[in-house]
Formats: sequence, C-alpha cells, structure tokens
Amino acid sequence: MSDIIRRDPRREWIARNRLHPLHDSVVNAVQGEVRGPSGLLRKNPHQVGFIGPNGIKRIDRLKGNGAEGVGNKRSAANQETVLPLHKVEHPDFFIVVVPDMVGGRLSSHDKDILGLAHSMASSMEGKGAVVAVCFGESKEEHFDLAGVDRLIHLPESEYEGFAPEARLTALTHIESQLAPKHWLFPDSIHGGSDLGSRLAARLGERPATQAWQVSSEKTVCRGAGGSLDITRQTPRILMLLEECGEAIDETRHEALAIEMDGISVSEPALQDKGLMDVDPSAIPLAEAKFILSAGNGIHNWDQFHKAATILGATEGASRVAVDDGFMPRFRQVGATGTWVTARVYLAVGISGAIQHMQGIGQCDKVVAINTDAGCDMVKRAALSVIGDSEKILAELMLLAQARKKGSQEEQSDAA
Amino acid sequence: MQPNVVSLISIGRHPQSGRARRAEQDGRGVELGLKLAGAKLSVLHVGNPEEPVLRQYAGMGLSAMTVLKQDETVDAVPALSDYLQQEKIDIVLTGVRSESGESSGMVPYLLAEKLGWPVVARVADIVSIKDGVAEVLLALPRGQRRSVTVKLPFIASVDNAAAPARQSAFGPGQRVRMESVNTHGEVDQIRVDWQEAPAKPRPKRLKTVKAKTAADRFKAATAKPQGGSGKVMKNESAAEKAKAIFDLLIEENVIR
Repeated sequence: MSDIIRRDPRREWIARNRLHPLHDSVVNAVQGEVRGPSGLLRKNPHQVGFIGPNGIKRIDRLKGNGAEGVGNKRSAANQETVLPLHKVEHPDFFIVVVPDMVGGRLSSHDKDILGLAHSMASSMEGKGAVVAVCFGESKEEHFDLAGVDRLIHLPESEYEGFAPEARLTALTHIESQLAPKHWLFPDSIHGGSDLGSRLAARLGERPATQAWQVSSEKTVCRGAGGSLDITRQTPRILMLLEECGEAIDETRHEALAIEMDGISVSEPALQDKGLMDVDPSAIPLAEAKFILSAGNGIHNWDQFHKAATILGATEGASRVAVDDGFMPRFRQVGATGTWVTARVYLAVGISGAIQHMQGIGQCDKVVAINTDAGCDMVKRAALSVIGDSEKILAELMLLAQARKKGSQEEQSDAA
Repeated sequence: MQPNVVSLISIGRHPQSGRARRAEQDGRGVELGLKLAGAKLSVLHVGNPEEPVLRQYAGMGLSAMTVLKQDETVDAVPALSDYLQQEKIDIVLTGVRSESGESSGMVPYLLAEKLGWPVVARVADIVSIKDGVAEVLLALPRGQRRSVTVKLPFIASVDNAAAPARQSAFGPGQRVRMESVNTHGEVDQIRVDWQEAPAKPRPKRLKTVKAKTAADRFKAATAKPQGGSGKVMKNESAAEKAKAIFDLLIEENVIR
C-alpha cells in the first residue's frame, strides 16, 4: 500500500495558486532542502517573503533586527522574559543581608550587597541561601529579582522608624535561630552601619567596615579615613561600601518567607520623639529630598516662593531663571550648578535642556508642569501636567493647606 | 547641675596632606562637651602624651587633659572602659569614625556594650538635660533631624552636622596640664596579620550592556533614554491635575 504514490490534485492546485489563502501552509509542508539535478541547493524564490496587506510581496531582509514597528512593539511588551528560577531547597548555610530599605524599597546599594552575598555563597562549599531581613512596612515588590532566597519580614510597629535596639534584639534572635555564616550590612548613613556595629559589639565579633572588595576568603576595606587599604581575612560581620558587588539580574529567586516568632522586645532606652521640622531652604540643594524647581515658564515669582514654603520644598532653578536674576546662583540645578539627588523633583516651567537633565539624572521621580507637551522634561517625567503653571500651583497650595489644617484638627481632637 | 561629660579625642589626619591634625569629628565632640559642661569638661586620649596634636585640642580652652599612656599597637577599648568605670560620668562623646588606624567606628559601641550604657549614633546636638534625661538631635541623611530622648549615662558619637570646633589658641594650648596615666593592655593580635597599603582609587563601574544582537548593542549605545512610561495629563481641569501631583507627593512621602 505504502508504495503507491497518490496525487492530491487539490493540493497541487493550491500550490500553483499563490493567491490561495492556504498556499503558504501547503508549500511549507514540503520542508527540508531541495537539491537540483546537478546536486546544487535550490532556493524557491516564491517561498521567500510574504504577501503584504495590499497584496504586494514583501521580503524581510532584516532578520528581525529592524526598527520595531507599532504592531511589533505591543507584542514585545506582552512577552516579558521569564528569568530562570534559582532554587535552594535545603540550604547548608545562610548569608544574612540586612538592607537599609530607604523609603521601603531596596536601594541600589542593597541590591549590590545581595548580589555580593550570592557571589560569596557560590564560592563556598555547599548550597547557601541568601536571607534578607526587612524591618517595618515594605513597598518592595521584587525581592525575587533582587536575589532574595529567603525573606524575614518583621512588619510590627516596634521596628518601624527609628528603633535600633528593637532591631538589634531581632537580629540576635535570628543569629540564634539560623547561625548565619556571614552578616552583611550596607555601610551607610541610613542606619546600616549603626545596626551592624551594634550587632558586632553584641556578638563580640570584629567586623570589617567600609569593605569594598570581598571574596569568601579575603576582604579589602578602607581604613584611616579612607587613605588606607586593609587586606584581611573575611570576618563574619561585614559592612560594605557602595558598588561592592554586581546586582543580580539574570536569575529569579524564591523569596520564601521565614517566620520568626518569640522575639521579645524590651522597652528601648532611646525614645523616638519623631522628626523635627527642618527649614527646607537651609538644606543643601544637593541632598534635598523634595525640590520645587523653577524655569523660564514662571511669571509669578511671589507665588512660586509661597508654594515652596507651603509644600515644604527646597527651591531650585534652571539656568535661565538664575541668569535673569530671579534666583540666586547657588540654587541652580544642572551641569554648571548643583547635581541633585532628590526623591521628587517638581519642575515648573522647565523644558529640559540637556545640561539640566544631567543635573537631575539621579532623581527618582520627576514631575513636570509645562505648557509644551513635547519638551524633553515631559519625556523624562513620571507625571507630566500640561497647563498653566500659575493655576496648578494655586490648586496645589490649596490642597497642601487643606491637608495641614486637617492634620492639625486631628491633633487637637486627640489632645 | 552641670553633667559630667567626657570627650574622647584621637589624632586626626588631613585628607590632602596626610599631616596629623585635630580630628574633625572629635573637635566637634569637644565643642559639644564645652557647650554642655563648660570648664568641667574632661578630655581623654589614649596613646602618646607627647603628641603635639593634643595641644590643638587643648587650645580650645581646656584646663586639663588626661592621657592614658599606651602603645599604638595596643587595643584602646579595655583601658578606656576601665578608666570610665572608675569615674562618675553622665555623657561620653566620641567621633563617628577616627581618621587614623582601622577607623571602624566601633569604639562607642564596644564601650557601650562593656559599660552597659545605651549608645546614640550620629548626634547633631544635645538640646537639653533635665532630671537625668537628655534630649538629643540625631543627624539624618538629607539634612533631616530626629529628636530622641535617652536616660543618663549614655555614649554619643558626634556627626559632622554638629557645631564646628572653635579655633584653637596656640599659647594656652601649650600651657595646659597633661595628666598621664599608665595603663597596660594587650597587643591587638588580629590586626597583626593584616596587610596595609595606601588606598587605591576604586574602579568606576562601567555600564554593561547585555544585548544579544549587534543591533541591540548599537541601539543601547546610540539611543536617547526614553521615559516612555510617564503619565501625561492634558485635558483635565487644573484641580484634577494638582490632585494627581499632590497624590504622588504623598505617596513618595515628601509631604508631611
């Protein structure tokens, strides 16, 4: 039976008719290379390319490297690459990282340290798990992508805000439960170095501080006010400088929660009385948290200064505003002025010259108020508002005043 | 009643010339001590009593100074804690980090652990002391301040945000009485194994592009960074626009 070759006249007819809707599938069914009578590899020129939407043949010679069209872009956005999952089922040892979590999120410093913890774990014998200890409320959603194998989250209110002693109690409890091989802290002013020093003193370990080159055996750390490199054996407790390692970006991790019960926090000796009201104009521009910046689009300068006072923002300015004499030179943001690191940068009437954009490169969130929807600042901004800045600032001041009044009434009610 | 305040001082190092100097943070510690205790402030140093830099501290208006005589290789913490235990002390002030030696910043923590006192890190100012409770201002990043109360006695490390040290007067500094106390300690054994070298500049991190194809690499090298994901509000009323901005400010926690 199988010897008999049967012809399918309909398929042959479809294969001849290039405009038939089933033509492609029929032709492609004959796969593999085709050799001519002389043994040369033959290409079927009719199979190359595809018929475009208006019936004209199109040949794609870019092999998928061309500029992505509108249609392709949408499909690329949907196709989120799933990174391979790094699993540690029965860890032989733990490396505990205590990130700063400034603003409830992992900073780049924290991510570098998590990456370093993984490189240390991989160069040691056995399978190690990287544990992150997170105090207070957390806004971070991507612990898995940052390289956290196990997560100890302590959201209780006694660890919230300024609570070095309660946190130290929790860490000593974790020490007794997990007996980690290494403790890694960021050597930062956000509390990492304070907590690390407290733990080292409590455990009687000699830590390496300001460490910047760490392997599982050797550590290089800065000493004598940053003028000395000390090479030493890697101790159990490390406080690490920024850019000490490479952040994880090619794997996904489990971020399994570890429950910690039975931590008894005693009454702290340091009683937190809350943050003080600091005059925002006294904070240096380079380290201000919230900057209200003015450019050429501002006409009502009295209103601008009033808005900065009510919102509690530090004032900044673009070069034009400074050159025109509306703002002092030390308020200038940009390449020739100050490079700012604000968490929120509210740019009013600034179109965004490249020198200015360089100056705000490290800002987290940029908000633009502008009349021109096509300017560079709008492209950079997380939220852009197109309209008259005077009206919007007036509305913003009303909102801020209403909020202030509301909180004052709450306080008087509570009292 | 004036509290008993002790300022611990160390030998500093000028960051450019490398010359010995009055350490920046320790100077601020002495300044804060002078503000709190006035002439009753005691200043304590562990090391060589002949060191000329100590006279720079003394020139800030001190009447006397105590030096626990010790070799450089000997650990300073046991001698310090022994001495501090003998005296009746309310506040110990140190710098955050020394400018010489290991400069780990561990001294206040180790002392606190030994003495069983609380430690307050990065103090900008000590505002008031009332009924055995001190109100302390902590220096936070971004120029913020936090108010904390703590019971006496405690140890505080003084941040760069504290009031700067006053000018030192040479002549009076030379005339200050140095009380030198003999101590005996053990050589720091762990430190013997360390190798020390002048600090190398740290390599800058390069922006690595992990692109699969040449076209992707080309795009990464040439393309303008695009935000793209930003929200643009055009046709809403001014009140709605302001509300959107205000919500973002509250969400980012920059408005209180």
